[in-house]
Amino acid sequence: MLIRIKYFGQIAEVTQKEEESLEFSGVLISELLEHIYSKYNTLKNKDFQIAQNQELVSLETELSGKEIALLPPFSGG
Amino acid sequence: MTNRYNRHIILSEIGQEGQDKISKAKVLVIGAGGLGCPILQYLTAAGIGTLGIVDFDVVEISNLQRQILFGTSSLGENKAEAAKEHLKDLNDSISITSYPKKLTHKNAIELFNQYDIIVDGSDNFATRYLVNDASVITNKPLVFGSIYKFEGQVSVFNYSNGPSYRCLFPTPPEKGAVPNCSEIGVLGVLPGIIGTMQANEVLKIILGLGKPLSGKLLCYNALNNQSITLKINRSASEIETVLNSKDSFHTQDIEEVCEIEIDTISITEVITQSNIQIIDVRETHETPKVESLDVTYMPLSTLESQLEKINPEKKKVIFCQSGIRSKKAVSILKEFNVNNCYSIIEGAPDIFKLTKKEPSSDLSGFKNLTGLQNIKNND
Repeated sequence: MLIRIKYFGQIAEVTQKEEESLEFSGVLISELLEHIYSKYNTLKNKDFQIAQNQELVSLETELSGKEIALLPPFSGG
Repeated sequence: MTNRYNRHIILSEIGQEGQDKISKAKVLVIGAGGLGCPILQYLTAAGIGTLGIVDFDVVEISNLQRQILFGTSSLGENKAEAAKEHLKDLNDSISITSYPKKLTHKNAIELFNQYDIIVDGSDNFATRYLVNDASVITNKPLVFGSIYKFEGQVSVFNYSNGPSYRCLFPTPPEKGAVPNCSEIGVLGVLPGIIGTMQANEVLKIILGLGKPLSGKLLCYNALNNQSITLKINRSASEIETVLNSKDSFHTQDIEEVCEIEIDTISITEVITQSNIQIIDVRETHETPKVESLDVTYMPLSTLESQLEKINPEKKKVIFCQSGIRSKKAVSILKEFNVNNCYSIIEGAPDIFKLTKKEPSSDLSGFKNLTGLQNIKNND
């Protein structure tokens, strides 16, 4: 299926884009993440959480959504 | 006072009853920086009855690009006290308490207990996790905001049985993994937007109006004006772990304890000594460079990866722009068992001025050093 992926903060700096669409046929969020890592190797060193259809999910969650977001923590104030 | 708050009172959703709630509210703001300034300014203007401000830091010239409560006359002053001074002029009918000290595991619980709502405007993960945990333990709603370059995040934690910050990000990133504003820069207006959103959440909670951002994280991008609101679920185990740490909470001050024990030294003493290594922990773009001394450059953001530059045979004396990051560097080095380290009291501008060599002489540059103690570091 075609999945729209949004990148925030430091993550978008690695991917050099704020969003993109990927064709992917896996089952779990973790599988999608492996696929993203294969495209952007240095993302492995970054901290972030994943949202699916605008809800934070764990890696074991089944991939059901059309929209995924990779969300890093910010410390600045 | 009716006239001052008239535009609130004539709103049917607020009225005199709502304004009374605002004047009875007690709000504690952690950090009087980029986020803290607009938060404090709007909460003061709104007439929050009791405001507390925690900040140990001093106003530097590079703060003025975004920290709108301060002017050049505040340079070198403690931020909590300078903010209070400015806010008193905005509204003298409320009670404002400044806490010009570092928030620690030791003092957080007692402090939080005196307030109804906690607002996080801090600028580092250690404080953010401390603020979250102390809010969970004292059962206070926490209005959260954080920024990165052109993006911001806003949420309300520990509210009405909702999630906490740890339900979103369970553990702090490793030190140095996520740069802060001083290392990477920030659009000046961004904390103004995010801080104002935080002030809005505070007022909504007090007034019981609308839907506070509980269980939701609002992500805002100033460059494309997109905002997205993500749902966060409560993690009972994360909250329970924090609650279980309640009894030992005040003893978790490892980092702060180290900071208190940091040895300092004046540049006047440094230049009389031999067998020393002078280390500049400022980022590479920062000026003035102190070229009159033999300086090793080890920016704080990458300090841990450059430990091989340390000479174990020598006494290490460390400086930065104002003497704050140099202390941090000493505490980090201690963690790596690098001892015999001292933080230089003066900042780079003073060190530069006082060690600048005359063109024709090697030692004459040091002749002014006796006047050093009287020079105020205002950067």
